[in-house]
Amino acid sequence: MSEGILLFIEQRDGALNRTSLEAMVAAQRIAAETGDKVSAVVLGTGITDVASEVAGKRLEAVYTVEDDKLSEYTPDGYVNALKQVIEKLDPKTVILSHTYQVRDFAPRLTAALGRTFVTDCVGFRTDGGEVIYTRQVFQGKINTDVRVAAPPPVFASFQAGSYRADLAEAGDAGAPVKPLEIDMSGVTIRTQAEEKFQEAKQAVDLTQAPLIVAVGRGIKEKENIKIVEDLARALGAEIAASRPICDNEWLPMDRQIGSSGQTVAPKLYLAVGISGAIQHVVGMKNSQTIVAINKDPEAPIFDIADYGIVGDLFEIVPALTTEVLKSKG
Amino acid sequence: MNIVVCLKQVPKKDSILRIAPDQKWIDERDISYEMSEADAYALEEALRQKEKHGGEVIVISLGPDRARQSIKEALAKGADRAIHLNDPLFEGATDATAIARSLASALKGESYDLIFTGLQSDDNGFAQVGLILAETLGLSSATIVMEVQPEVGQVRVKRELESGWFQWVRVPMPALLTIQSGINQLRYATLKGIMAAKKKEIREVKAADLGLGPDDLKPGQVIERAYLPEKTKRTEMIEGKPSEAAAKLVEKLKFDARVI
Repeated sequence: MSEGILLFIEQRDGALNRTSLEAMVAAQRIAAETGDKVSAVVLGTGITDVASEVAGKRLEAVYTVEDDKLSEYTPDGYVNALKQVIEKLDPKTVILSHTYQVRDFAPRLTAALGRTFVTDCVGFRTDGGEVIYTRQVFQGKINTDVRVAAPPPVFASFQAGSYRADLAEAGDAGAPVKPLEIDMSGVTIRTQAEEKFQEAKQAVDLTQAPLIVAVGRGIKEKENIKIVEDLARALGAEIAASRPICDNEWLPMDRQIGSSGQTVAPKLYLAVGISGAIQHVVGMKNSQTIVAINKDPEAPIFDIADYGIVGDLFEIVPALTTEVLKSKG
Repeated sequence: MNIVVCLKQVPKKDSILRIAPDQKWIDERDISYEMSEADAYALEEALRQKEKHGGEVIVISLGPDRARQSIKEALAKGADRAIHLNDPLFEGATDATAIARSLASALKGESYDLIFTGLQSDDNGFAQVGLILAETLGLSSATIVMEVQPEVGQVRVKRELESGWFQWVRVPMPALLTIQSGINQLRYATLKGIMAAKKKEIREVKAADLGLGPDDLKPGQVIERAYLPEKTKRTEMIEGKPSEAAAKLVEKLKFDARVI
């Protein structure tokens, strides 16, 4: 398949990682412009369901690689298995989703193969059959168009959210699922992994939080803060507040944003019932995306917001929590 | 226990970035620089491990003359010595492979138990140099590390997975770990540390010292054009009933702003 695109499908405990479908959209769209065919590869054990789910999409084939050394993800297992797969299939391009797992093995894989890896792309264009990838630098402040100057296979990973998983094209008939034989007998797995776990959120430095939901005076009463906490939990965000909330001890002082509190610049700052006084704004105005929910359409917070909803926060916030949970499935 | 820390100097976080006239990168005039954030945490973690277990912390950095300032800061905080890959030829080493290959060559002859890098730099954000270095040097690796517990001949580390999940893994040493920001609390250099740093060694390394020429450093990927993302701070007001407005907002945050 030296003219083909190979898509890496990520699974954990037999469940498909949805961002693999986003990467599939990238792969299918690249293929539409270059005339390449897209195939997918899944590694692991107990991957029949994932493989057949993926085989319903528009693909040439779904390759499966099953081996006991792949039952638990390890970088050594994945690097060695995929190296053999890629040498066998000889793709022109390998597309992955830029997940934590991909970040953990793919640079080793590409180094082992002596190839280049364009990471964390958000788009692409083609120029006479050549794919030019768009990736962000300086944490999204600058975009770059990247031309590859290395022999194939070229590796590219796409940032989550760059394409919509629901736009992955379905195939007419199912794609054939083809088991691939590889030899893992000589492979030593150096990583010993323990059980995965979640831990109770501990007080964190808000400057490190990628997502912040902040609450202000508009919440009216301490008891009402719960609805904002629910939204923060749904988003996986930290909760923060404007000064009046902390002065009233409705939230601890270390949650305060603004000139007398912390200065933050998260990816998302969602301000609920905060008017946007300058003392607050100096602490958050450099946030990447600002959302404001306020009943007053003239509130200064809307001057710096990317998205605004004017209305009753007691209706909007619970609705938002529901939608967030829905979107996370 | 000896630990190597890879440092990169990058434009300060609050810098106002402009595109260079050739549209290949940012305009570097009037920019101040600092240690890339995750690398600062990697350095801090190495210093804490040294304080517990003894040994030496060696910092290594590839960069022009200005990078010396961040190297000195690392020495002032408590690193023992430094290797500075400083050569006009390295300016052509603009992709992760070329950088990692250069660092690997410069580390030949060093003895270490661990190598730390930040999980990615604040400028290019390749998130690759550490792992390419590990593969080149034949080391085990673990990424996005939130806690480091050295044991005999191996290291137990807490890795951050996605969606609030974590996992402890053990890998044999020598190992390369990429360190997540926030793993610890950063220290400031003391006056005493700054004075002590003046006597510490910074070994300058040229490309030729490593047997590397322009062809070895040629990047496999090249920025054809750098540009500001289209961004209008015009507030987009979302209307409709609460449930409709909420659904529209989630859609926009997910697919337009791509922040959730």
